[in-house]
Amino acid sequence: MSGEHDPSRSSWYVGDAFYRDLAAAFADWTREERRIDDPALRDRCAQLLAREARLLDGARYEDWLALFAPECLYWIPGTPGGDPRREVAVAFDDRRQLEGRIFRLRTGYAWSQVPASRTARIVSNVEAFRADAAGTLMVRSTFLVSEFRAGAARVLSGWCCHRIAEQLDGWRILVKQVNLIDCDQPLRNPSLVL
Amino acid sequence: MSAYDLNDLVQEDRVHRLLYTDAALFADEMTRIFGGTWAYLAHESQIPRNDDFVTVRLGLRPLIVLRDGRGTLRALYNRCTHRGTTLCRRDRGSAKAFQCPYHGWTFLNSGVLSGVPWPDGYACDFKDAKFNLAQVPRVESYRGFVFGTLNPAAPPLREHLGPVARPIDEWLDRHPGGRVELREANRIKYRGNWKLAYDNSADGYHVVFSHRSLLEMENRLEEDPGKGMSFYRSKPDEAPMYVQYLGHGHHFKDKRPNVPKAPGALWAIEGAHPGMEYFEAKLRRELGPRADAALDLAASEPVNINVFPNLLILGNHVQVIEPVAVDETDLTWYATAVVDADGALGPAVDDVNALRLRTQEAFPNFGEVDDAANFEEIQRGLRAPEDEWVYMHRGLGIPGRVTTGADGVITAPATDEVFMREYLKEWKRLMEARPELAVRREP
Repeated sequence: MSGEHDPSRSSWYVGDAFYRDLAAAFADWTREERRIDDPALRDRCAQLLAREARLLDGARYEDWLALFAPECLYWIPGTPGGDPRREVAVAFDDRRQLEGRIFRLRTGYAWSQVPASRTARIVSNVEAFRADAAGTLMVRSTFLVSEFRAGAARVLSGWCCHRIAEQLDGWRILVKQVNLIDCDQPLRNPSLVL
Repeated sequence: MSAYDLNDLVQEDRVHRLLYTDAALFADEMTRIFGGTWAYLAHESQIPRNDDFVTVRLGLRPLIVLRDGRGTLRALYNRCTHRGTTLCRRDRGSAKAFQCPYHGWTFLNSGVLSGVPWPDGYACDFKDAKFNLAQVPRVESYRGFVFGTLNPAAPPLREHLGPVARPIDEWLDRHPGGRVELREANRIKYRGNWKLAYDNSADGYHVVFSHRSLLEMENRLEEDPGKGMSFYRSKPDEAPMYVQYLGHGHHFKDKRPNVPKAPGALWAIEGAHPGMEYFEAKLRRELGPRADAALDLAASEPVNINVFPNLLILGNHVQVIEPVAVDETDLTWYATAVVDADGALGPAVDDVNALRLRTQEAFPNFGEVDDAANFEEIQRGLRAPEDEWVYMHRGLGIPGRVTTGADGVITAPATDEVFMREYLKEWKRLMEARPELAVRREP
């Protein structure tokens, strides 16, 4: 069904199979026997994450979006391991909503980002794991985001899982799951793109 | 205790900045408002079984709201009677008893002290009620919404709610079985006074300005911009929506008259959400002509029902205002889910909720963040000591604009600030009343 539709304009792909596959993909995926030992492949993963962090720190959101597959997900669970079919998330953006999120920031009227956050991200502890689907990897990393906005600096931290797939022109992000260590606590100004 | 004459601070058309910035006034609010009147504590769906509990705050008091072994709703102080330690540090769970982590005193979930390690070291009688946990003396539920007060002189809850019970009833009764279930929440902290959120909750004046980016986002793929809160765009005071003051500090903004009363009309103005095309098609296949009504359950209900001082029922959210300090507040936006109470939806209830959870993520992500940023900037602006006043006089003095019904309900156009003027009178009344607050202990 989904191939007929432009995911920037409609959301046919976020259906039962999508939620089922998401739950399966994000269950028990850091098993040791699936860990990638090839240093070259691990380095490519780390480079992708470093590039992503650089684009976000530069507010180059359109370039950042181009790292994602057309049918993608940007997901910040609201509880550790939270099931998006059972509960709300801090963020659960499909392609259209992620483009809407960027569009909103670009209007100049998103007051939570006027003035915009300045950030410096450190992404570390990168490990890659083979996924069940062919040509697909799960990449775990730990992050620290230093943010300065409206006269004050703060640090956000947590870990990410990027589900990535190799496509003709390189790796594309299928799912970016951002696990804030304080995801289930009151978050001050969660308008920053993580 | 604050030293102000509140007649100086709360005037007909304006209030003093100290209402938002003064730590002594805030400390008084934490007893005279939170405690002095009924405050929302929790929802019964968070504690569905006997012995279930959830930890909350009443003002700054840490409480354990629970259903004891007999099913009685209680709000125990989360404070050991020995040295004051909080007994329970979990957000929720199920427990017949709570043991203090510090010295091992143990309390049944009725609040009764059931055990003290090495009691032969004490000369006292531990049957004395003073060793049982303090609890909120009056805890009552209105259709699942659990409230508490420490004021023995407060009217019964139903009387206190008064006319605000009607929109609450209507909000509940659009759901199967007239009930909802709370799910997880979007939680936002802002560095500002708690009343900034309550001032905002029926404010139809800020929408097109504070939420301009959201309105543009929701309509960016539309040829004809009619999604979301578009009915605010031009001349909102001439639209059929209205704002009401309902007494006891409660207010209500009703946007339902802007939307045709037809199945599918609410769903038709929803902005874009993840999965909406897939699940709409699936529900239409499964439910046929009943699909429009089911889709409306996933759509946001266009109301803001504000129960003073801390419960805001808006869209499909149950939002709770939790003061932390004079200039710090937590807003918890509980999502609600539909329950297949009458079996009519069957397995389709999961599809409705899959959509409904996604629709509820939109406003906290793309709307509330901008309000919270503006609340923080108000708090910053109010630091200026010489510029003293905050105005809320929109609509004041315009003949025929504001009407008062026989039941005392005050009605005005949607951008009017009469709801602020009126609730702040109730705020002042409660702050001046200085009720004798009391806790209860099991005998």
